[in-house]
Amino acid sequence: MEDFQFASIVVSTIRNAPVLMFAAMAGLFAERSGVVDIGLEGKILASAFVSAGVAYTYQDPWLGIAAGIVASVVLALIQAFVSITQKGNQLVAGIAINIAMSGLTFVVAQYFFQQGGRTPDLGEARLASVILPGTELVADVPVLGWVYGSLIGGHSVLVYLAFALLPIVHWVLFYSRFGLRLRACGENPHAADAAGISVQRTRYTAMIIAGVLCSFSGAYLSIVQSGFFLRDMSAGAGYLALTALVFGNWRPVHTVLGCMMFGFFAAVQIQIEGVDLPVVGRIPGSLIQMIPYIVTVVVLAGLMAKSVAPKALGKPFVKSR
Amino acid sequence: MQPAVEFRNVSKAFGPVQANADVSFSIAKGSIHGVIGENGAGKSTLMSILYGYYHADSGQLVINGKEQQIRSSQEAIALGIGMVHQHFMLVENMTVLDNVMLGAEGAFKLSKKRRETEVKLREICARYHLDVDPLAVISDLSVGAQQRVEILKQIYRSAEILILDEPTAVLTTQEIASLFDILRLFKEQGKTIILITHKLGEIMDITDQVTVMRAGRLAGAVATIDTSKEQLANMMVGRPIEGNLPRKPYAPGAPVLQVENLQLKDANGVQLLGDIALSVRAGEIVAIAGVSGNGQSELMHILSGMRLPTSGVVSLEGKPLPFAGRSNADGLPAELRDMGIGHVPEDRLRDGVIKDFSVMQNTVFGYQERVTKGMGLFDFDAIAKRCAHLLEAFDVRPKDPNVRIGLLSGGNQQKVVIAREVSAAPKLLLVGQPTRGVDIGTIESIHTQLLRLRDEGVAILLVSTELEEVRALADRIIVMSGGRITGELPIDEFDTTRIGLLMGGMHKS
Amino acid sequence: MKTTELPRWASGFVLPVLNLLSALLVAALVIHLLGESPVESLQILVNSAVINPEGLSYTLFYASTFVFTGLAVSIAMKAGLFNIGAEGQMYLGGLGLTLAMLAFDATLSPWLLIPLAIVASAVFGAAWAFLPGYLQAKRGSHVVVTTIMFNFIAAGLMNFIIVKYMIPEGDQNPASRTFTDAAAIPLLSNWLPFFGESTPLNLAFILALVALVVYWVAVSRSSWGYRLQATGLNAHAAHYAGVRISRTIIIAMLISGALAGLAAVNSILGSTHYLSLNFPAGAGFIGIAIALMGRQHPVGILLSSILFGALIQGGFDLSLEKPNIPQETFIFIQGLIILFCGAMENMYAPAVLKLINATRSNNGASKG
Repeated sequence: MEDFQFASIVVSTIRNAPVLMFAAMAGLFAERSGVVDIGLEGKILASAFVSAGVAYTYQDPWLGIAAGIVASVVLALIQAFVSITQKGNQLVAGIAINIAMSGLTFVVAQYFFQQGGRTPDLGEARLASVILPGTELVADVPVLGWVYGSLIGGHSVLVYLAFALLPIVHWVLFYSRFGLRLRACGENPHAADAAGISVQRTRYTAMIIAGVLCSFSGAYLSIVQSGFFLRDMSAGAGYLALTALVFGNWRPVHTVLGCMMFGFFAAVQIQIEGVDLPVVGRIPGSLIQMIPYIVTVVVLAGLMAKSVAPKALGKPFVKSR
Repeated sequence: MQPAVEFRNVSKAFGPVQANADVSFSIAKGSIHGVIGENGAGKSTLMSILYGYYHADSGQLVINGKEQQIRSSQEAIALGIGMVHQHFMLVENMTVLDNVMLGAEGAFKLSKKRRETEVKLREICARYHLDVDPLAVISDLSVGAQQRVEILKQIYRSAEILILDEPTAVLTTQEIASLFDILRLFKEQGKTIILITHKLGEIMDITDQVTVMRAGRLAGAVATIDTSKEQLANMMVGRPIEGNLPRKPYAPGAPVLQVENLQLKDANGVQLLGDIALSVRAGEIVAIAGVSGNGQSELMHILSGMRLPTSGVVSLEGKPLPFAGRSNADGLPAELRDMGIGHVPEDRLRDGVIKDFSVMQNTVFGYQERVTKGMGLFDFDAIAKRCAHLLEAFDVRPKDPNVRIGLLSGGNQQKVVIAREVSAAPKLLLVGQPTRGVDIGTIESIHTQLLRLRDEGVAILLVSTELEEVRALADRIIVMSGGRITGELPIDEFDTTRIGLLMGGMHKS
Repeated sequence: MKTTELPRWASGFVLPVLNLLSALLVAALVIHLLGESPVESLQILVNSAVINPEGLSYTLFYASTFVFTGLAVSIAMKAGLFNIGAEGQMYLGGLGLTLAMLAFDATLSPWLLIPLAIVASAVFGAAWAFLPGYLQAKRGSHVVVTTIMFNFIAAGLMNFIIVKYMIPEGDQNPASRTFTDAAAIPLLSNWLPFFGESTPLNLAFILALVALVVYWVAVSRSSWGYRLQATGLNAHAAHYAGVRISRTIIIAMLISGALAGLAAVNSILGSTHYLSLNFPAGAGFIGIAIALMGRQHPVGILLSSILFGALIQGGFDLSLEKPNIPQETFIFIQGLIILFCGAMENMYAPAVLKLINATRSNNGASKG
């Protein structure tokens, strides 16, 4: 394998990861507070469509992202209402949102754009990449030039946001008052309640944060990666993000590592397609596409690590007295 | 001096159930005040109103002379009221420090407050002999230590009025003594202690005043010096408590259960049971006494087939139980039932019944294969007949076979479980905490049932944390502590002090 | 005297109806926002799906598929498992059926061929559900995520198999060859000309009804069903009662997968007579809505299946007349139904309870 291919795998990994990273960090907040978030997929789809649609209509990607945040937060609030206030089955609520959004995004896209359920190409209305100052100067330096220009620099703004969020999320979770209360609600909500904390309010806040973070995942898909919204374009990203959480034991850094693992497999996928491998020959695209889902099953089978979920995950909180 | 707490005509109803009716009494500042009553008497509800969990339907709460509306636990804390719950409100994977800080973190950024709090905690621990390391993780602490963390939490929040709900249920005799020393220290400092308990001995030991609740009302308010255990019991129940129930003279038959070298290690290698050896004969009741959490539950789970031991042999009438060659206990309880072992589980709602099933469905629970006709289909006629007979014989109320069992009272649920296990005519009956959450009238009838079984020649192994129950039922007593058997004695050598020492880990000398 | 619990008729009938109406109300609102009249749309739908005999037979044809996927999800739910994988299991069931057909449709008589196809589809569907069931039972891997993953894996796998191995020479269509006439499952329109000629309503509808009865008997009247329900309601207690939990979970998933696989019999042998890409077309997910709306009760499942059959059939005609209401609208409605009937099923309970108590005390007052 030439260096060229290895380098492009690394860059691809970095560019594939944010979709999962945003979604996984969203799921992290929700689940650490005790609410299962199977509805990540639906939120990603909704924000992907809304961001692309609004960005196209107003030729402004930032406006699109803002609109996407609104869409995702609305869904998160619905999910929160069902899971927290109504104490309904959180798995069912999440699946309901995913299926509903799969249908609704297509219908609304068709209604507004008449292009078979997709949005028109954004063309120029996409986010600019961040070119670090001095990239030109070091461009010819071997290795360093590439590292500075393509590895560290040269990515979309949202990529940097995703990676910047990691230390912030870690700090908030373990070093802030909100994070302490959040984790208590996810481990022993009765203890949090006895300490005078409103479990309901904390979980709602967590869901809203999840909505905001998840919206970036959708915006990244439609605005940054492809330039348009396409039916069901999330292709299971929401579930892969949940798997990254399991893989990372609900801890920010490890979860992001899980996301990068999936990003790596996606990058390798593209490289293998059309390439004759020793022994097996050319692997067809449809089989390669199965790889991340197979990896997910392997992770969930506990073959990679033993994972411990937040104790109160998925159980609606009912005051014990 | 004005009282610390005064209840004036407090009433509270939950739907049709009147949990508190017109309750009025006062609690003196700087005293240790006991509140006793049976299950369902209303003492927990009353204290929950004081701590802000519930809002009284009518009546007033007067704290330190001022009438107050306590609408939340936050408001109660602000008034200096703290509560140590029966089931600890601790986050297991966090440190003592974080648990104490929860709800009182100070600022968004935790680091500064963490340092300050750690210093303050060490101060408090030193002053009250609480012996807890603020940086320890809760899951690493013993039950007694965890309770001290709960107390620490309240003191840290400057609680002057401290409510303790059944604090001694999970403590050894020695730990109870340490707790009482701490409480006396609090009293000297002018704090007010409210002790909710059903243990009459403790009331006599440590309280200054006692309030007795019965069926939601005040049944008595006395100074401890002026009363006695018998008098309190009468007020609690409204009639004299059970004397000695009739039983045949002790004439045990052949050994039915034989346990040898039983060991149990958990997934982390921690030894839960060590060198357990015991036997139970036909027609005898062997009671395992001990504070809960010392291996009794695990032992019962092994003997009933719900869990596999790490090593050791258990035989029923000479036949070894089929533990060998299995990697897990999946399906094992059914095999043991077929051998003749019945099991009334400790945790009724988690293990013993399906609360959404009807009473009738629960009467075949565990025995579902025995009531089928062809092709695995149920013989509903036979099941209904049997159910009606059992409900009648064991006086289950209401006598409706189709009502969901979750709607029955704890005592009636327990009657269904016992009826079911007994009617399968077991050779060995395992019984765990048979009267937990059961009202006094039913306790007597359950005890009578068990004694009748014993007289009929069934071998009974009983686990109970209530020494009174052990004394009422046992022919022989085995004491467990720390996963081991620390002592054995026949019933005529029953001695609370000696048993207490054995419960606390002092081995047979 | 006040009741604190809803009587059976209220929780079993009134609540589901209220939930369904809520979902439809939201759908009507969306249709209105799309610039169409909900009332008119409903009229078109009812005409197409119920009033028109040919349409009605299509409704029942679709309902047959949904009964199987609804049963699949229901039986897993009884064991406490949320099987989202009916889609993939139906897909693989179709593969099993197709392999049997491709191998034997020229040689065997229909009397042997059709039962063979039925068995093959059930076996393949069950096989696809096995691993998620096994992983849940033995490793605690959550069946929701694993079955969803298996849906995606099925999509990739079947894509590969159909494109690489099944497309006949010279054909462009991503589908297998058409089966011979021996493979034609008897159409009900042969016996009931009321339904119009050659509509796909076939014997599988009868099979679906039989399956509902077997389901009812097995779940509510047998000790196996008792063990299944106990596992779903309280696995700790079920273990106490001697139930072999691992085995129960795995068998529940196998049966669930088999039922989903059987759905392929109706959809392939009744209409297309060949295996095509993505032929399940969402039937597995509709099964989830049916299981929740029908509360896993055989009558509820049947009624919900017919309702959804009507939505699909009527929705198809509706999308032809009203381009603003494409068929994907009904995917959205599905999601709404799952939300209201599955996650918010008790939302109206307090209000209904109040109403019942109010009418009862009124009656009591007037009598006393």
